[in-house]
Amino acid sequence: MNSLADQLLVLCLLINFAVLGTSRLAFSVRSVAVQGVLLGVLPALVHPFSWHLAFIVVSIILVKGGLIPVLIIRAIKKAEIEREFSPFIGYIPSLVLGALFTSLAFIFAAKLPLAPEHEGLLVVPAAAATLMSGFLVLMGRRKAISQVLGYLLMENGIFLFGLLLADAMPVMVEAGALLDLLVGIFVMGIVINHISREFSSIDTSRLSALREE
Amino acid sequence: MLFFDMMRDPAFLVLCAIVLAGCSGLPGLFLRHGTLGQRLASVAALTSSLLALPSILYLLLGGGEASFTLNWNLPFGPCEVALDPLSLFFLIPIFLIFPAGSLYALGYWPAKSQASEKSVTFFYGLLACAMAMVVVARNGFLFMMSWEVMALSGYFLLVAEHGEKEVRSAGIVYLVASHLGGAALTALFASLFWITGSFSFPAPHSLAVAGGVTSTLFLLALAGFGSKAGMMPLHLWLPSAHANAPSHVSALLSGVMLKVGIYGLLRVISFVSERPLWWGALLASVGLTSALAGICVASAQKDIKRLLAYSSIENLGIITTGIGLFLLGEGSGNPRLAFLGLAAALFHVLNHAIFKPLLFFCAGSVMHAAGTRDLDRMGGLARRLPFTAFFALCGSIAICGLPPFNGFASEMLLYLGFFGEARSAVPFVALGAPVLAMVGGVAVIAFVKLYGIAFLGEPRTEAAAKGHEAPVTMLAPIGLLAALSLLGGLFPPVFMALVQPALRALAPDTGLVSALPVPPVWFAVAGGSVIILAAVLYLFLQGRVKGRQASGPTWGCGYLRPSPRIQYTGSSFGAFFSSLSGALIRTRLHVDPVTGLAPSAARLSYAPEETLLHRVVLPFLNIAGVACAFLRRLQHGEVQIYILYIFATLMLLLLWVH
Repeated sequence: MNSLADQLLVLCLLINFAVLGTSRLAFSVRSVAVQGVLLGVLPALVHPFSWHLAFIVVSIILVKGGLIPVLIIRAIKKAEIEREFSPFIGYIPSLVLGALFTSLAFIFAAKLPLAPEHEGLLVVPAAAATLMSGFLVLMGRRKAISQVLGYLLMENGIFLFGLLLADAMPVMVEAGALLDLLVGIFVMGIVINHISREFSSIDTSRLSALREE
Repeated sequence: MLFFDMMRDPAFLVLCAIVLAGCSGLPGLFLRHGTLGQRLASVAALTSSLLALPSILYLLLGGGEASFTLNWNLPFGPCEVALDPLSLFFLIPIFLIFPAGSLYALGYWPAKSQASEKSVTFFYGLLACAMAMVVVARNGFLFMMSWEVMALSGYFLLVAEHGEKEVRSAGIVYLVASHLGGAALTALFASLFWITGSFSFPAPHSLAVAGGVTSTLFLLALAGFGSKAGMMPLHLWLPSAHANAPSHVSALLSGVMLKVGIYGLLRVISFVSERPLWWGALLASVGLTSALAGICVASAQKDIKRLLAYSSIENLGIITTGIGLFLLGEGSGNPRLAFLGLAAALFHVLNHAIFKPLLFFCAGSVMHAAGTRDLDRMGGLARRLPFTAFFALCGSIAICGLPPFNGFASEMLLYLGFFGEARSAVPFVALGAPVLAMVGGVAVIAFVKLYGIAFLGEPRTEAAAKGHEAPVTMLAPIGLLAALSLLGGLFPPVFMALVQPALRALAPDTGLVSALPVPPVWFAVAGGSVIILAAVLYLFLQGRVKGRQASGPTWGCGYLRPSPRIQYTGSSFGAFFSSLSGALIRTRLHVDPVTGLAPSAARLSYAPEETLLHRVVLPFLNIAGVACAFLRRLQHGEVQIYILYIFATLMLLLLWVH
């Protein structure tokens, strides 16, 4: 069973690269959604069945695979943008940095003192690599929608880490994390709409005038 | 059944009242139109006060104590709240002023004309609740959480009119000052945790560690609580904050929130078993300095609410002096001095919580009528606002410490304490008496100016001439406070009965001298004779004027058309005294003089400036700003770079863990 989980995790890692290497926003959103669904399935493979687990799996798949992508795609259509032009960190350098961070994540995970039942798994390196890819997207892209995607990637990484603890994780914490994410996306959606209406561009680098002089 | 049994427990009722106060503004947030939310909040405030005050009095006079442990899932030890005499005593002002202000707001800050009404009503309740939580908390962490809620709701209340630049900058200064104070308190509770190994408050008189440590605790408490209580020189945030808040908020901030600082100081002092003598000396000298400097600066103000705010610094100075005398008396084995000092301090806490909100409410009515805070634009309001004028007169007499009002009674105790020391071997302490007398004298100058310029004479502007009396919802709380103020002055034993339990809890040794050194009947006699004398004088003068009243133009001294503008202004009234206190405060003139043969319009404006702020603190802050300019480059404005900072920090932490 664990080998299937590991294969899914490798797929997650590949999706990170897909997001890092593309300029098409709709494609990125779909990739992140697929990653969310994969991560939603994972707990069912790793842990024995329980109603609590079933609830987590279903809610994750619904929110990350359905609700959030629909919201973002709608925002993209409203703002009438398709591509991310001239990012701060280009696509090739992003991929190289992503590869670097992924290998760093493996080194880091190997040194981490883990519980014995988690040692063989890819979970920890995949989590760290996804988290760092999220950071990379946040740092490298200009468009507000790409920023939302970066946050989603980061959350996926954090969720992977939480997977190790899913048995111990109270429902409230899980629900709280999901709700946080959803509210975050909502707020970002509203912000994006307002930015595009006011400034006829959703380039966050033009928002630097908001700092205190 | 269980619930009804609990409702019979007065301590539980007090806790219910605290929660009710916190929730009082909630319905208003969800009601869209009309004044219903505000009225509901006032009803909730009155209900909470009706629940709490009888229970508090019952517990305080009956000697009851109670403690509850709330069930929280946080790792900071048991979350204990307790009602002991000290807490109960400080709850009284909260549950007295909060409903009064809430009622007053119905007329002063009505939902119809004020867009910020909802948030003001909500945070008003939250502030009262947070202050009460601070007072009952027995866990350092709970205390700090309530303290922060208190400070932040105070901020949101004071920036109610955030459209104005002055209000916003007052808010920023307040926020910075309260966070600096909060930092000192965090250090205080962290070191308490370090000493006792728990966030729960140590039992009274239980802390006995080597001198340096307790003194550090004391100094941290003095910095943290002193900045909240507006002790000089930590008072810089206070005047502009209290002047720019809506008046019912200033009343709560000035009448009650400053006292929470005093409560904290007394609470921390009560932990320690052996208190060095120099603590008392330090507190007494800080107190006297604040009192004298505060009232000198107050007397030069031309903004009615700023004047009141500086006078709060004076009053808090008097309270601190009392605490200082208590520690001095205790340290030198003089229970009489200890008793008089602490009794004066606690009594004055109660008194100031009555007459300062009274005066702020009156200032609110005056601003309502005249449309300005500037004393030099008022005048002649006594004819237009007869009730407000009368109550403001009561408050002004009380705050100057004159009979027959309550300010006299508490300052009297302090005088007795000072005079009692005159015969001791080392009569340094007795030198406080002339300073206190000086404070009283300057207070009279300041409040004669306030009352005389605002209410007497002729109106200086059209707005002041069109002033109208405040509605009854505003006058009722003012009248109640004035009555309480008179009660405290004529029958001080009524208030002393409330002070006694707290006094015994703080200083068990003073139990021997638990009576006033002056028979209380003399207060009633003194007050009564002042009232009778005033009445007789009034009738006599009235009779003299009546027979020979003539009307006609007076000799104009060469002024052919005298206008109200030739009256004394507040600034000219105070000019002589402010020339004496020039080291503390100076009136800056900004003049565009008349020049040339065809001069353009000339202007003159003036504003009082505090020397400490404008000559010391602001230049220092400017230098610090220049020195730290390189840090500003870190503040880029680029979101991506900020995320890079976070990422770099995360990586460094990961490496460090390895």
